[in-house]
Amino acid sequence: MIDLTTTTAFTGLPLTIGRVTLTAFDPGPVTSVAPYPGRDLSRALAPLAFPQPGAISEAAGLRLVWAGRDLAFLMGGPAPDLTGLAATTDQTDGWAWLTLAGRDAVAVLARLCPLDLRAAAFPPGRSARSLVGHMQAIVIRTGPEAFELAVFRSMAGSLLHDLTGAMRGVAARRAL
Amino acid sequence: MRLSCPCCGPRDRREFTYYGAADYLDRPAPDAGLDAWDSYLHLRDNPAGPTRDLWYHDPCQSWLQVERDTVTHAIHSVAPVAGRRA
Ligand SMILES: [Zn+2]
Repeated sequence: MIDLTTTTAFTGLPLTIGRVTLTAFDPGPVTSVAPYPGRDLSRALAPLAFPQPGAISEAAGLRLVWAGRDLAFLMGGPAPDLTGLAATTDQTDGWAWLTLAGRDAVAVLARLCPLDLRAAAFPPGRSARSLVGHMQAIVIRTGPEAFELAVFRSMAGSLLHDLTGAMRGVAARRAL
Repeated sequence: MRLSCPCCGPRDRREFTYYGAADYLDRPAPDAGLDAWDSYLHLRDNPAGPTRDLWYHDPCQSWLQVERDTVTHAIHSVAPVAGRRA
């Protein structure tokens, strides 16, 4: 049997400029879960819980990340059988994921993303849909200066280009 | 300008797309007649004051009905379109 190797959608990572590092990562299998109206998924998803807007449910190495209105992404493992309860779609190769971390991560992301990135408004452990540059993105805050970002895989090059520019800009300001 | 998405909270204008008057939500019955359909498709008021718009929050994919004032620029309400007739 042919053993296929997963490759990242990004070239040139990891990349450190100034005090920020970009790293590609493999989130494992990703499945979108869109509950049908009025259905209760709590037993089928346990120990995970379908997240409220902006929330992330985590258990047993899996994450269920809020990803839009009545939509969550199950990350890190295969989806349970949700027949009759929710529409599920494999998103594994549809998105490109990277981490943006380091002491100027907020300053870099703030150049591209209109979210209120203050910890009071968007604390670690929260997820948001927003823009990065002109791209629709999933933004997950994993720490005070650490984010996971995902865009459609076809836009990986643009994301890297935009982030690199923002990182250069923030580093140049620091050097003044 | 910021709009408060019922799903996501207050967000920047850049995240939203304007889709015109909220009249589009009030689709006439198929047999309502030419005048009703002509009005639905083509006739819009241009009020100085309170108006109702249709907006889309692209990141979370919510259709929104926004009440705002074209004179004061105040946003009076942002309500989800989904479930409106439920
Ligand atoms: Zn929203």
